[in-house]
Amino acid sequence: MESGTTSEARSRLARVLVPVALGILFLGVWEFLVRWLEVPKFVLPPPSLIFESLLNDYGTLAASMWKTLEVTIAAFLVALVLGVTGAILFTQSRLFEISFFPYAVVLQVTPIVSIAPFILIWVGLDHTERALLILATIVAFFPILSNTTLGMKSVDHNLLNLFDLYHASRWQRLRYLQLPSAMPYLLGGMKISGGLALIGTVVAEFVAGSGTGTGLAWRIIESSNRLNIPRMFAALLLLSALGVTIFFGLSAVERLLLRKWHESAIGREN
Amino acid sequence: MANSVSLVAPKAAGDAPGAVRRPLIRIDGVGKVYQNGTVALADVKLDVRSGEFLSLLGPSGCGKSTLLRMIAGLGAPSSGIIDWPQARYDASGEPERSLGFVFQEPTLMPWATVFENVYLPLKLAGINRRDAEPRIAEVVGMVGLEKFARHYPRELSGGMKMRVSIARAIAVKPRVLLMDEPFAALDEITRFKLNNDLLALWQEQKWTVIFVTHSVYESVYLSNRIAVMNARPGRIMTELAIDAPYPRNDAFRTSPIYNEFCRLTSAELKRTMTDPDEH
Repeated sequence: MESGTTSEARSRLARVLVPVALGILFLGVWEFLVRWLEVPKFVLPPPSLIFESLLNDYGTLAASMWKTLEVTIAAFLVALVLGVTGAILFTQSRLFEISFFPYAVVLQVTPIVSIAPFILIWVGLDHTERALLILATIVAFFPILSNTTLGMKSVDHNLLNLFDLYHASRWQRLRYLQLPSAMPYLLGGMKISGGLALIGTVVAEFVAGSGTGTGLAWRIIESSNRLNIPRMFAALLLLSALGVTIFFGLSAVERLLLRKWHESAIGREN
Repeated sequence: MANSVSLVAPKAAGDAPGAVRRPLIRIDGVGKVYQNGTVALADVKLDVRSGEFLSLLGPSGCGKSTLLRMIAGLGAPSSGIIDWPQARYDASGEPERSLGFVFQEPTLMPWATVFENVYLPLKLAGINRRDAEPRIAEVVGMVGLEKFARHYPRELSGGMKMRVSIARAIAVKPRVLLMDEPFAALDEITRFKLNNDLLALWQEQKWTVIFVTHSVYESVYLSNRIAVMNARPGRIMTELAIDAPYPRNDAFRTSPIYNEFCRLTSAELKRTMTDPDEH
């Protein structure tokens, strides 16, 4: 028992330390090679210069980061509501599902870059942020819709029989059986959608171009145009940090909600 | 000893001579044909009497689970009727069955505690938590799990999960308890223990139990009466009365009369077997 918990703590520590050590080693080699080979900084800046740029331009970059994060979170929340609502409608009405599912797929498989100009013209001329929100939502909502639908259909048939036996109403079956059953699937979909909402926002920012002028994607374009490569890297770094934070945040939510009962959140006992 | 054992099922055991009591459930000419043409049941006739412990015994594929589910109202018979002569019928023609069902698997909601799982049928009936609490505590105690009300199903053993399933079934105070091979997946020691506890509860609570099993030994140990079924098509071949007194306990399990009943029941099962490949 005692040795079990120590080895567990050690393995948890290793899971943090090993990747961190690898990252530091990578940055060290990068720094060394760039200096030793005298690579021009507008081709590949050394990490030290990138961090310097991050500190110097932190005000501008942070403001852009909040802008991007704002749109990402809003798109994620709208996608969550639309996806879950869609899944509920799909599982309550077969007619609804066969009518709308093909269009959900069309929306999902059409590259967002090709839809973006249309959305920008229709709603984005005066309100670029609305266009960004719509585009990011389109990208983010499908995994939630399809995962939740699958989860609600994967209900244990014996439990369905049990609910029939006690004359459960449609609402009771949804509230007490289908939604809880779908929870692990929904949370899995949310983890994918969180990342997609960020990707959708960035792609939309790229397409929208200078009109927005404030998101992190625009900072990358702007820095590239000015050949300010260190700042380009700094913006990229913040974007990655954002994506990682979203992923781990949603993973934590998943663990918290499933830790009591779902296999995915429970360690094996052997 | 063997001479005292008779397997002729009296038509109205326990009734005063001449009195014709209405059965609790009357199954008459019931057949079930699935959409693919498989005949699961053909012309089943059976009266279930109030307060009896009746087993449906037969090999897999004989339609015993199908019959049990139809008694519960899960799926309608293709022919014949299942009538509840003592029950009131509602406007849509559904009888008020008043039953609890225990499935082959515990069929618990993994995201809910023991308490919440047992509360489910009461919740679905619109009873609020505070009013339901005493009854939940009572039935959880009846199955011996009072210390585990806050636990999740995954933290329980197979036998304990089955106890939760039984507690849930009896929470609504049913008149009839339908059990579909409830102990088939449990180890023998646990199964014997649950057999004894079930019998004790049955005697105390005066339920009518219909118990589906493929075990001769289990059906003899538990029942007043056994309906022997066979497959292709599924039907009731014969009815056997197990006239041994209750309470039955582990001593009964080793008694000559129990062994004799088991031997005779096995013989009946074999005699009526239509398919030589079965067993």
